[in-house]
Amino acid sequence: MINLFNYIEKESPIHRLTGATKLVCLLLWSFAAMSTYDTRLLLLLAVLGIALFPVGRIGVRDVSFMLWFTLVFLVLNTVLVYLFSPQHGTQVYGTCTYLFGFSGHFAPTAEQLFFQFNYILKYFATIPFVLLFVCTTNPSEFAASLSRIGVSYRVSYAVALALRYIPDIQKQYHEISQASQARGVELSKKASLTGRLKAASAILIPLILSSMDRIEVISNAMELRCFGKNKKRTWYMAQRFRAPDYLCMLVCLLLLGASIALTYVNGSRFYNPFQP
Amino acid sequence: MTDVIVEFNDLGFQYRAQAKPTLYTIHLTVRRGEKVLIAGPSGCGKSTVANLINGLIPFSYKGEITGSVRIGGRETGEQSLFDISHTVGTVLQDSDAQFVGMTVAEDLAFALENDCMPQKEMKGRVREIAKILDLEEVLRHAPSELSGGQRQRVSVGGVMASDVDLFLFDEPLANLDPKTGKQAIELIDELQKRTGAAVIIIEHRLEDVLHRYVDRVVLMNEGRIVSDTAPDRLLSSALLSECGVREPLYLTALKYAGVKIREEMHPASLPELSLTEGEKEQVRRFFLENRGKGEKETRPELLTVKNLSFTYEKSHRKALRDLSVSIREGEMVAVVGTNGAGKSTFSKVICGMEKEDAGEILFRGRDFTSLSIKERAEHVGYVMQNPNQMISKVMIYDEVAMGLRLRGVPEEEVRVRTEKALEICGLYRMRNWPISALSYGQKKRVTICSILVLEPEMMILDEPTAGQDYRNYTRIMEFLRSLNQRGITIVMITHDMHLMLEYADRAIVFSGGRIIADKSCARVLTDRDVVERASLKETSLYHLAELCGAPDGTEFVQSFIDYERAHERA
Repeated sequence: MINLFNYIEKESPIHRLTGATKLVCLLLWSFAAMSTYDTRLLLLLAVLGIALFPVGRIGVRDVSFMLWFTLVFLVLNTVLVYLFSPQHGTQVYGTCTYLFGFSGHFAPTAEQLFFQFNYILKYFATIPFVLLFVCTTNPSEFAASLSRIGVSYRVSYAVALALRYIPDIQKQYHEISQASQARGVELSKKASLTGRLKAASAILIPLILSSMDRIEVISNAMELRCFGKNKKRTWYMAQRFRAPDYLCMLVCLLLLGASIALTYVNGSRFYNPFQP
Repeated sequence: MTDVIVEFNDLGFQYRAQAKPTLYTIHLTVRRGEKVLIAGPSGCGKSTVANLINGLIPFSYKGEITGSVRIGGRETGEQSLFDISHTVGTVLQDSDAQFVGMTVAEDLAFALENDCMPQKEMKGRVREIAKILDLEEVLRHAPSELSGGQRQRVSVGGVMASDVDLFLFDEPLANLDPKTGKQAIELIDELQKRTGAAVIIIEHRLEDVLHRYVDRVVLMNEGRIVSDTAPDRLLSSALLSECGVREPLYLTALKYAGVKIREEMHPASLPELSLTEGEKEQVRRFFLENRGKGEKETRPELLTVKNLSFTYEKSHRKALRDLSVSIREGEMVAVVGTNGAGKSTFSKVICGMEKEDAGEILFRGRDFTSLSIKERAEHVGYVMQNPNQMISKVMIYDEVAMGLRLRGVPEEEVRVRTEKALEICGLYRMRNWPISALSYGQKKRVTICSILVLEPEMMILDEPTAGQDYRNYTRIMEFLRSLNQRGITIVMITHDMHLMLEYADRAIVFSGGRIIADKSCARVLTDRDVVERASLKETSLYHLAELCGAPDGTEFVQSFIDYERAHERA
């Protein structure tokens, strides 16, 4: 079983930041990385993002599943971009420099390779930061900070609660699927597509039914302990904004500023080394 | 401040969707400092009484109330659910679902958060409660990292945090192993002594609750209060068996021996039970007369496991260590031990749901490990604890036929075999009913039937009677016994010591992934070392034997079992 929402409890400067700070930083950072194709800034973001991993005490092993997943996707994406528009770089940069003596529609050009290099760099600028966010943000504290930045506490608690019950539901799914396999439900690749769809229903129906029972019990348990009594509630896990929080948000804001400024200076979203 | 916390006056209640009232003319008063047990069979209305006390009726479940319900001196209709929850703290049956927070600390703080207590004060309060309940070490742990007993303590702590006047425990013993259950009852007792609040326990396992003193037992049946009196008086009457609630086992033994239960004996508490010399003599004589009548025969081995080991891949936890055991044809065996001792893992490895690291599994002497999960199911059927986790069809007939249809059996043969299985399970008449119309016990029967249709030689059942009252328990167990008499070998994973004593030929005791005992139930439940290591509970019969000066406690228990089985079958 794979744990998708992998908060890893550790003691680090990044863990100590509030969830709201990290969310704001994530948004600013992603905007910065998305709005530009400027190689210099993307390189900076990628290096910075990866450099934050040791700061947050998160190892490559902790995120290996997500990392593999993105890498596969990245390779696939790169190949497809090349296959479908091998001349895109030429259009973007306005010059055409054939490499290795080939020519023609699918021939490699310096512009295309540079464009795709930037494209890959964009992944490296954003993905590490997203992974870091997921690994270092405690769901309850995150819920607390969501409500601080104005989201209704019912909504933020629902988020936290969903995260709380995901492992339980995974476990149940596993048990139910084992029991139905014993009764003859075929889940392996041997079965046809319709067969597998039927098999999925044989597992999902009991899963949904037993989850419904649970929801009733949980909502009663919450009401009996006064959930929803007041317009506001306090949070055990809430954290105060401190100097590092403001500092991080400021840095991310500056990065976004730099990204917008570069677009203005370059005259487009691209940094163009091909034209003098 | 009033002393009366709960006051029901001529109360009746009917759920909106139901044709008949659930409660009739209930009069009930509970005062500060009292400890009251509400007992009765499933469907007697005791859960409805609980919902009326904690305010879920009328605020979450709708229906018509007649008469008056006063909580903390005011009618519930005039208060809000939140007002009531400051007077009544409810600990729900499923302590897992009660656990709302991500960690222990957050769960303890949950009610305080909702009351907008400032964080600093809240942290102090949480620390205070954690100290009382001995949870300081685990404050940052998630629910899945806790033992059953710790989880129960967190549930209690979460309610304690808001200083209530009444603690309401809804079936606190369900899902707990015997030793943890005993500790839960002790915890409730200490909690009451510490806070001076009133306590109401809703539970049908009378003997376990009476482990500690209670002031009154309110016995309910069919929506009415049948009796509301001191436990000693109730136990000396015949009301319990009339209502289908099980009396303590030591009292059953006394009755078998011909001893009449009198109030002055203090029948509610075994340590205080006082018998005359004549009565003790009666018990000893009963024992001698019924001693050693059980006959022994050895049948061929059906399942043989040799040096089996298993490790969970993800957590690297060694769940089974070098197990060797054999189960003979036609046996009815109990598998017992704490949660996490390896009982369920063992059955999953047998059924092929998990793959062993090392060891042999032989079925009728042939290698079992090379068979797929589907092929093994035709020899060994596995029935999960919660029937809702197994049911995926709308109609009973289709559910039972599913396993055959998936195996591509011709429809004509499916019909014959399904009808036969339905017949055996007593479901034939209901075959065209939707499953949603069935009670929990009937659903259980459907899931057993849907396994039985594959005609396995052996069945493994996980907690076949968890959460069932005595009547349902007896029905399910008698049904399993009848299957056993048809030649199906039955293996039951259970926490229920009564079940084990009454129905199992033998107990296999798990602890820390090993089998620490494999012998008759009477021997297991009188072996102090095994009982301690596997979190079981010594049977009260053993203490009765000591009290009466019977020469051999283990044999005394055995003769009781033999007598009861011979007696019931006759």
